[in-house]
Amino acid sequence: MRFVRGFLRFWYDFIVGDDWKIAVAVVVALAAGALAVLAGYGESAAFAPLVGLGVLATFVVALLVDVRGTR
Amino acid sequence: MFTSAVVGLAVAVFLASFVEFVEALTIVLAMGMTRSWKSAWAGTIAALVALAAFTAAAGYALATWLPEAALQLVVGTLLLIFGLQWLRKAVLRSSGRKSLHDEAEEFREQTEAARRAGRQSRFGLDWFAFVVSFKGVFLEGVEVVFIVITFGLSAQNMPVAIVGAAAAGLLVVVVGVFAHGPLTRVPENTLKYGVGLLLATFGLFWAVEGLGVLADGHHSLDWPGGDWALLVLLAAWLLLSRVLVVALGRPAAAADPAAVGAPRVTEEV
Repeated sequence: MRFVRGFLRFWYDFIVGDDWKIAVAVVVALAAGALAVLAGYGESAAFAPLVGLGVLATFVVALLVDVRGTR
Repeated sequence: MFTSAVVGLAVAVFLASFVEFVEALTIVLAMGMTRSWKSAWAGTIAALVALAAFTAAAGYALATWLPEAALQLVVGTLLLIFGLQWLRKAVLRSSGRKSLHDEAEEFREQTEAARRAGRQSRFGLDWFAFVVSFKGVFLEGVEVVFIVITFGLSAQNMPVAIVGAAAAGLLVVVVGVFAHGPLTRVPENTLKYGVGLLLATFGLFWAVEGLGVLADGHHSLDWPGGDWALLVLLAAWLLLSRVLVVALGRPAAAADPAAVGAPRVTEEV
């Protein structure tokens, strides 16, 4: 059991890292992109740039939440 | 032959691997100089063997089981998370909200811990030095392996990725031998900032392409301009990070331990 906990902890630390908000920001933006693809917008020329902007925006939000209260 | 993607691939893998190798070297040097060189080397070699097995298994599994678009989505997402973690720290450091990483300080902490630890001998080795060296090299090495595999498979150019990482490893070992100490002169914070930008750039590029796995036909999506979009993405991350550094700037509070991401031994990239 200790080995399993340690194993899971290792991969959590490795993938999610120090700030889980960053991982959530990426997943939220890409999930929105995934929904757009499923809705048939994936072939649009504007799709990739818009998803890119979405990731930039969620990163900013994650960072602002991170520093909130310390300004 | 040398497209922007290939050059970017080589540079990204080299820089990311270089930073990880510097951190591994610091740990091995601390164990060797304070405990036992024989045990530190044994831990390093054991970690390299474990890494080789991990690389073979992970590389085979990823290349065999995942279709191209799914592979791009998975590795792109992971690279994007890694890259933005590095970029977050770079922004917080540049804006004075987090202390700069100091390899000399890291070396001092490691040597201090090594001096305090008790002596336990197993298989003729100083077990503390062996285990710490093994863990340090393996953990930093897994990151290098992951970067090599993901970049190599996604760019379909594994040789360039491997050469980039090997060159970085060789350079760190050679410089480490000559320096005979931690590589304190390496501009590690700047390197980490650059690596964060590159990982975020490639990660975003591949993750969006990989979303095509959900479309009819399950093929990769295209960015306008193809590989040239990488340069636009790199510029966008650079611009955004500089804006954030200015917007979040708080130089007077750089030493404030209450600041977000204040130095913690466990928080490292």
